[in-house]
Amino acid sequence: MSKRWGRNQLALLAMIVLAGVVLAACLAPYLPLADPDAVDTVQRLRPPFTLGHLLGTDEFGRDLLSRLVWGARVSLLAGAATAAAAMLIGVLLGVLSGYYAGWPETVIMRLTDILMAFPYILLAIAIVAGLGPGLRNAMIAIAIVGFPIYTRLVRGIVLSVRGREFVEAARALGSTDRLILARHIVPQLLSPVIVAFSLDVGAKILATAGLSFLGLGTQPPTADWGSMLATGRQFVILSPHVVLLPGLAIFVIVLALNLVGDALRDFLDPRTYSS
Amino acid sequence: MRSYLARRLLLLVPVLVGVSVVVFLVLHLSPGDPAEIMLGSQATQEDLARLRRELGLTEPLHVQYVHWVAHVARGDLGRSIWMKRPVLDEVLNRYKATLVLTASGLLLSTVGGIILGVASAVRPHSFLDRMSAVTSLFGASMPVFWLGIVLMVVFSLWLGWLPASGMWAPYGEGGLRDLLAHLVLPAVTLAAASLTIIARLTRSTMLEILSQDYIRTARAKGLVEQRVVFRHGLKNALVPIVTVVGVQAGYLLGGAVLTETVFAWPGVGLLMVQGILARDFPLVQGCVLVIALTFVLINLAVDLLYAWLDPRIQYE
Repeated sequence: MSKRWGRNQLALLAMIVLAGVVLAACLAPYLPLADPDAVDTVQRLRPPFTLGHLLGTDEFGRDLLSRLVWGARVSLLAGAATAAAAMLIGVLLGVLSGYYAGWPETVIMRLTDILMAFPYILLAIAIVAGLGPGLRNAMIAIAIVGFPIYTRLVRGIVLSVRGREFVEAARALGSTDRLILARHIVPQLLSPVIVAFSLDVGAKILATAGLSFLGLGTQPPTADWGSMLATGRQFVILSPHVVLLPGLAIFVIVLALNLVGDALRDFLDPRTYSS
Repeated sequence: MRSYLARRLLLLVPVLVGVSVVVFLVLHLSPGDPAEIMLGSQATQEDLARLRRELGLTEPLHVQYVHWVAHVARGDLGRSIWMKRPVLDEVLNRYKATLVLTASGLLLSTVGGIILGVASAVRPHSFLDRMSAVTSLFGASMPVFWLGIVLMVVFSLWLGWLPASGMWAPYGEGGLRDLLAHLVLPAVTLAAASLTIIARLTRSTMLEILSQDYIRTARAKGLVEQRVVFRHGLKNALVPIVTVVGVQAGYLLGGAVLTETVFAWPGVGLLMVQGILARDFPLVQGCVLVIALTFVLINLAVDLLYAWLDPRIQYE
């Protein structure tokens, strides 16, 4: 009991951090921050706590605090949007392949098998190679490689639910497939999918940051945590803070998302609770 | 076992066809003209038409695929536009470096993960167990490329203990000592996240096994604890551990792309990223194909290991 309370406190702290970062990202245009793209070469690579630049400046003299806050908008939005897209595609295909046996199931499951025959990030990189570097293309690539996990999860649940008595009863009462899916099957998917989604947003933020770090995601001068890390890497000897701060931002936000996701799983599905 | 091996090798054929179709389609079905992407917006119509002809882009898609597969089957992955060399030579040249890095990362994460997992399971809720839980949470949240840079800053720039990048010293005789010194930071970076996952899985599997009746019997017989844990406990926990190690091998192959970029490790991952930025499609295609094939073969090896580890598993 005390351990669960300790975990809850940790999850609460994570939720506060998460809410703070989301709020700062949403309110970025209204906060008293310097222009994130304003170049000031005289002030380049200033260390943290420099007058007028709380977290210092980057290689172009741009304010790091401002770029981190504006970068949060891009990184959070990219993570949430790619996870949402992967979830939507995955759930749709999972429901179709689980409910309708026959060719839809075969086609969809073979497609997911093939996509899962590749290391995750490798396939995303290959898709970006085809589409061309850029944030939008990186997001498309990550959503494509991310959906098979949802498809497998949802298909498993639908397969176990579709033969249950209440579904049989609804069918015997003359319900159409659409009604059975909407009223009896989809509600069963909600909590596992919400849990999977909450844990997936962090993974997607890491993946988009990874592609941006490789130069395949966000393009300069747009601020994004992954690309800030990539460009700052060349100055790591002179000014490690240029690299350490964006990385720390990614780490903290993903850690907070994982803690909140874990707490949500314990809450929505207490059977899976474990140490 | 032999007939199972033959069947698994036969089953590789449709998987390889699937992998080759995806690799081909990913680069050919994307919107936009590859010739235009490669030559840029300043290219003339004549240049574009010439490159399209050279790349065979004027043919129907299925014909292009058949041509490409025929070339691949002959060991010809095309010619790199950027390096002006056969793709296969360049990829194989770099493949050794990727294998050295990935195998070291896998060895480190497997050995470290099993030791940490067993130690945590033997003394649950101890300080070590709690530290292992915290580390695994951190490992799952830390960007691998950032960890690499942090390790580089601390151990290369501040302490000066290890070289910061590359596989060999630029001036020197090379040798195993030089390779190992260069390998430590990239391998630790690559292994970190997988190590924590293997450790948590080993812990939970071992906890379950150590509460079984036959473990109690072994203890009642008076066997020393070490023998009970390793001979009776760990041996039976190996099947799920091997499964997760196999999955992690795939992640390590993907993660190697990022790690190689951070440490300028001259592997296939770094070559692929350079190929993408140079818009060298044949090179990228070759790199993706080679890594994907390695992943497929690792999965096959894991399946074969199951039968060896647990003779009860029958492949009929």
